[in-house]
Amino acid sequence: MDRLHYFVILTTFVMSTAVGLTAIFFFILYRRRSETQTTPHIEPAPLLEAAFVIIPLAFFLLWWVMGYRTAIGLATPPADAMDIYVQGKKWMWKFAYPGGPNSVNVLRVPSGRPVRLLMTSRDVIHSFYVPEFRVKQDVLPGRYSQVWFQAVEPGRFQILCAEYCGAGHSIMRGEVIVLKAEEYEDWVSAQHRGLATKQDGPPTALDFAPPLGNLVDQGRRLAQEQGCVKCHSVDGSQHIGPTWLDLYGRRERLSDGRIVNVDEGYITESMMDPFAKIVDGFKPVMPSFANKLAGPEVAAIVEYIKSLQSDAVRTGPSEGPAYAPVRGR
Amino acid sequence: MRQSEEDREKLGAPPAHDSYLTDGTTVMSWLNTRDHKRVGVMFLAAVVFFLFLGGVFALAIRMKLLYPGPFLFDALTYNRLFTLHGVTMIFLFMIPAIPSAFGNFVLPLMIGARDVAFPRLNLASFYVYLAGAVLAIWAMVHGGADTGWTFYTPYSTTTPTMLFPLLLGVFVLGFSSIMTGINFIVTVHTLRAPGVGWMRLPLFVWSIYATSIIQVLATPVLGLTVLLVALERVLQFGIFDPARGGDPVLFQHFFWFYSHPAVYIMVLPGMAVISECVATFSRKNPFGYKAIAFSSLGIAFVGFFTWGHHLFVAGQSVFDNGVFGVLSMFVGIFTAVKVFNWVGTMYRGAISFKTPFAYICGFLFFLVFGGMTGVALATVALDVHWHDTYFVVAHFHFIMVGAVIMAFLAALHYWFPKMFGRTYHEGWGLVAASLIILGFNATFIPQFLLGNNGMPRRYYQYPEHFQALNVASTAGATLLGFGFVIIFIYLLIALRWGPRCEQNPWRSKGFEWLTESPPPTHNFDRIPHITQDPHDYRTHAPSGVYADV
Repeated sequence: MDRLHYFVILTTFVMSTAVGLTAIFFFILYRRRSETQTTPHIEPAPLLEAAFVIIPLAFFLLWWVMGYRTAIGLATPPADAMDIYVQGKKWMWKFAYPGGPNSVNVLRVPSGRPVRLLMTSRDVIHSFYVPEFRVKQDVLPGRYSQVWFQAVEPGRFQILCAEYCGAGHSIMRGEVIVLKAEEYEDWVSAQHRGLATKQDGPPTALDFAPPLGNLVDQGRRLAQEQGCVKCHSVDGSQHIGPTWLDLYGRRERLSDGRIVNVDEGYITESMMDPFAKIVDGFKPVMPSFANKLAGPEVAAIVEYIKSLQSDAVRTGPSEGPAYAPVRGR
Repeated sequence: MRQSEEDREKLGAPPAHDSYLTDGTTVMSWLNTRDHKRVGVMFLAAVVFFLFLGGVFALAIRMKLLYPGPFLFDALTYNRLFTLHGVTMIFLFMIPAIPSAFGNFVLPLMIGARDVAFPRLNLASFYVYLAGAVLAIWAMVHGGADTGWTFYTPYSTTTPTMLFPLLLGVFVLGFSSIMTGINFIVTVHTLRAPGVGWMRLPLFVWSIYATSIIQVLATPVLGLTVLLVALERVLQFGIFDPARGGDPVLFQHFFWFYSHPAVYIMVLPGMAVISECVATFSRKNPFGYKAIAFSSLGIAFVGFFTWGHHLFVAGQSVFDNGVFGVLSMFVGIFTAVKVFNWVGTMYRGAISFKTPFAYICGFLFFLVFGGMTGVALATVALDVHWHDTYFVVAHFHFIMVGAVIMAFLAALHYWFPKMFGRTYHEGWGLVAASLIILGFNATFIPQFLLGNNGMPRRYYQYPEHFQALNVASTAGATLLGFGFVIIFIYLLIALRWGPRCEQNPWRSKGFEWLTESPPPTHNFDRIPHITQDPHDYRTHAPSGVYADV
């Protein structure tokens, strides 16, 4: 991609200098010789006018084809990417790992492995930017956006916020620490055993401590504590709310006839604003969990729900024909 | 020196009499005028004031950025300063600068009309502009706002700063813009003198006409959008706030649906000026008149379908990104057609390197560089890295400051004798022009490099390794500031003591030079019959004659 950057900058330089020099060259060649000089009437041949269109168009389209192919790659995380949840808030970054630990402002990733970040914001729009990785994605309140990268070598790289978010915008910085795969595993297990908690940045009241197991375990515990399982079964049986078994990846029919794909965004929305999308056949009775769950807790519950997948080919309770769940991205 | 009586008789022109400047000298005769020329001059005075104000904000920002850590003032002040810089420069200077000041003055002259179609509406547009400006200044004095000129939600709906009066000001300013647009469209359709067919319109008029179409069609969307933000702030509407079921990205779509075409509201008039100046100073017919004229309309049209390129990393689908990317490139094609035709106009011309021509050279370089980096930004994958960095800042300053201010200064120097009947000091003009072009490059080329190295925009503090380039940029901005001060001084001197000039000092064939400089109140005592194209330099004969209608 950097080669494309340089190719584009180079063409730009050459063109603008050429135009400027042509103007000066014409000035030298065609200086005004008397105050009453007249000039011939010249109009371009149609072919020349066509060249004025076709030559830049060809260049621009070449740029576009190269750029768009890269863009598709940038927007398509590989299926085996490791998920990490990111929450932006004024003015810090929080990360929740599938293995359990969570951290503030420091993101640890293994080298040589694709990483997908599932990002959301608690307040205004932020933008996750790591200049060295050439990735940037806005982080929006009320929805998830994703970005992925694969770090090649171990090292430390700055995370910047690229969308203006207030007084602390320019100090909303973090760091990606790329570790060798084994080092990363060591770090995760150390976190898991509670040996090295809270080494990444200042703890805040919203972090729940100490980490107990991975996100799925935390989610299972939280679902008990918060009373989720009083209405949502995890074994496929019907209850007050839709069952969580095979929920992730399902296509649900809503009470107003729309169909939604159940993804991280939908699950989070249903926790925060339960009446926004009611599944057909259920009553709007669920309380909102907005301001009751911290970001990593939401991520934990989402991960728990994602883990509840049966192997059987299933019939969706609200979607007619049986189909195999699609787990793609 | 006025035109000789002999020349006047040849034209069949009436004897010399009072110019619009001396026809009534009381303050009320200006404030209550319906003369398009006086409205134009009042607009000019106002926009120059706001250029100064916006420039002071810009220099304050650049001074802070000399050091990476906190310096001079705190982050909140810094955020207010760049917001006010953006709002002042865009809504109070750039949008009205060329159309309302120079367009008002020369457009009716260029089509042989005595005034615009709706003189009262024209004066009203000035007062509406003043009302909007007062609201904006009131907001600035009472603490200012800190959202950036883009007002992105949900930040703008939650910030405690004085955003409401500022939004109201922008809303009101929009009406002024619409009034000017309607006025020009009707004027061009209905008030052309005998002999001025559509294919004989000066190229300036074509571009201003295209600008007016955008003003009329796009500005209402901005008005509605800022109104929605204001209502959301006051009444908690929940249109953009996700906590109330709204969508913050919806705001960005609304906002850029106006604000991208608004770029062409600013650039097309600049292209208008350059089209005129290239022909006059090369003394040559435009190479491809129709290509230049229709590409203006093309830019106005395509400009409405490119807004999505501001949302490449905002969560828009990859498919949409690709479509908006390729649509944006058509603007680049139309611009390229213009550039090649301007350079072609110089071919076998008779070029005189006066101050406006220096600005033409600057304009061409900045427009091509700024335009091509714009196309580069529309190349989706590249934007991911460059988006919201100084690369973008440098890109749009190349277009807005580079191209548009070059055109503004070219217009100021080209029509100064027309407007005030006096000439300025040519030597100082060239000195200031070189200073400005040099200072401009020194300011913004480092910013391209900063952006490419990953420095995000709107940063009060920045990582230390960016300092060297920031210092270079500030040095350039200081040079740029000096250039403006020099221009301001010698033009003020010229206004009072400059030598009087003849009617047509550039020996241009443009129709606005058929009347005296400065023109009498009603422009033409008898309407001229136009017999030649406005850029026909095969002969010396005037392009029109006065005859009884």
